Amino acid sequence: MNLHEYQARALLKSAGIPMPDGDVASTPSEAESIARRIGGPVVVKAQVHSGGRGKAGGVKMARTPGEAADHASHILGMTIKGLTVHRVLVVPAADIVSESYVGIIMDRATQRPVFMVSSAGGIDIEEVAAKTPEKIVRLPVDPVYGLLPHQALTLAFALFQDFSQVRATARMMEQLYRVFADSGASLAEINPLVTTPDHRVLALDAKISIDDNELDRRPDLALLRDETAEEPSEVTARRANLSFIKLDGNVGCVVNGAGLAMATMDLVKYYGGEPANFLDIGGGSNPEKVISALKIITSDPNVKAILFNIFGGITRTDDVANGIVAATRQFQVTVPIVIRLTGTNEEAALKILEGVGMRALSDMDQAVEQVVRLAREAA
Amino acid sequence: MSVFIDRETRLVVQGITGREGSFHTRQMLEYGTTVVAGVTPGKGGQRFEGTVPVFNVVAEAVAQTGANTSVIYVPPAMAAGAIMEAAEAGLELIVCITEGVPVMDMSRTMPFVRSRGARLIGPNCPGLITPGASKVGIIPGNICAPGRVGLVSRSGTLTYEVVNHLTRNNIGQSTCVGIGGDPIIGTDFIDCLRAFQEDPGTSAIVMIGEIGGTDEQNAAAFVKEKVTKPVIGFIAGQTAPKGRRMGHAGAIISGASGTAEEKLAAFEAADIAIMRRPLDVVDLLKARL
Repeated sequence: MNLHEYQARALLKSAGIPMPDGDVASTPSEAESIARRIGGPVVVKAQVHSGGRGKAGGVKMARTPGEAADHASHILGMTIKGLTVHRVLVVPAADIVSESYVGIIMDRATQRPVFMVSSAGGIDIEEVAAKTPEKIVRLPVDPVYGLLPHQALTLAFALFQDFSQVRATARMMEQLYRVFADSGASLAEINPLVTTPDHRVLALDAKISIDDNELDRRPDLALLRDETAEEPSEVTARRANLSFIKLDGNVGCVVNGAGLAMATMDLVKYYGGEPANFLDIGGGSNPEKVISALKIITSDPNVKAILFNIFGGITRTDDVANGIVAATRQFQVTVPIVIRLTGTNEEAALKILEGVGMRALSDMDQAVEQVVRLAREAA
Repeated sequence: MSVFIDRETRLVVQGITGREGSFHTRQMLEYGTTVVAGVTPGKGGQRFEGTVPVFNVVAEAVAQTGANTSVIYVPPAMAAGAIMEAAEAGLELIVCITEGVPVMDMSRTMPFVRSRGARLIGPNCPGLITPGASKVGIIPGNICAPGRVGLVSRSGTLTYEVVNHLTRNNIGQSTCVGIGGDPIIGTDFIDCLRAFQEDPGTSAIVMIGEIGGTDEQNAAAFVKEKVTKPVIGFIAGQTAPKGRRMGHAGAIISGASGTAEEKLAAFEAADIAIMRRPLDVVDLLKARL
């Protein structure tokens, strides 16, 4: 789960990391009063889960509170990479001498949190990593002991020579690590970390992603989820305990298991179709899940045909069959459905479907070929 | 012959009285797995299904029954603790089925598991099966058949799909291992490839990967250097968009890394025969066995 910049700032601030004052606004007049309180020039920043906010016109400098209100009224409601801006962050415009990058990611290769710092800051770190990897200093942290003092110093010395700045930065590294570990983040970054003409070191922008698996035991963090920043169908899916991602094609897919769901999308493409979604109903199904899945998929007007691909292991195929039957009783599905069922309780499932005049295939390739053809005929 | 589990496997089930644990223990017993004990704190002294003794802690179960392998079906927040308990009790193999284990927990758990000399498979995996001998986890036994193909996969139901094609075409399996779809897992492709290469009961290897990370690329490099048996590979998620997590916590393309193209290129460079779809496994294997 990605946090907004203003939410990440709040976490870093409460850990003691020095950041410019600032606050979040959802109306132009709120933005104006924050700017007035700050005094002096401010920056108004769109709060959306997307990079490239500046390029899209979502980050503007304002010299007066009135100008801050004007910018806010432009930015609020604008769309950046398909996401509507509902809030802006208003922060003082900082005088910047240098910009660096400091980040921690959970690294799968070393199985540890890894610090990455670079004096090439303020830009896309993935680009730096790809083009000039030598400009990034990496340091894996032992999660049992955390970031040790000498490690924090080593990282800070990679950025600065001035010892007071080094000391301040080392302290920020330790604080950032604490936020990362305490919140169960998969990523925490300060980009840019800046120095000012009066030699202070400040965190100017922050980004944090929380490991979704942490949210069950961290209701305080789960509350930070902004559902207005997500695709509505994906919000509905998550509430129904389904893993769903909307795509652009016209073949709706309902599958059990993430790997099989991906392979099903790939097979749709293999036979010349385009998948409309990724949808994993998970293991251990119940009819309600199937109903929710069908509702979500049929609400996409692009969908011209729907494929069920169920390989019953823990999932009982008769549960899925009952769900399909119940769903088609509850609301009308106007596009053709192709069902592929095999595995646990397959015979019972086939009987249930036959009872309402539906048929199921047992072969995945056959089913995909058929659904691709039906979608093409309907398009 | 097989890898990791065989007829000598003596299993303790952590979370045996839970909903998932009890269901799958029955399935494992039915398959013929030697389930010697269960563990549920507070339920020590009971018997599961009137036969399998239940203990309060793993160490006691090991002392009383000689268990050498554990399978874990406990809720996500308790999984890391259960893994470490099993490692501390001296079990050689620990299989964690639980899905949704916080990644930071796994980061702290892995060094502990290694320091005790245990092998962890998972978490968030379907477990493993040596057809005809032992099943540890949730892979349906009826779709497998004994034979000489070793299979290793990051996914569950996709594994069943491929195994099903094999069995229906009279190609049996030595062992099928589901290593799990999480970013931090105990046993990776290379561990399994090494085991299959050394196993005299395995003649060919099927490797089922997916988008995200660099495990498949590293595995391909290992195949090139160390594996002399034929290897067939598949990558799921060729049509997945960047930056979106495809169900598995590990299945996400970030930046330019972890794409299907990158992985398939690595397979090609290592002479791994590429399955364009699950069904292709049959012809590719038949041509090489």
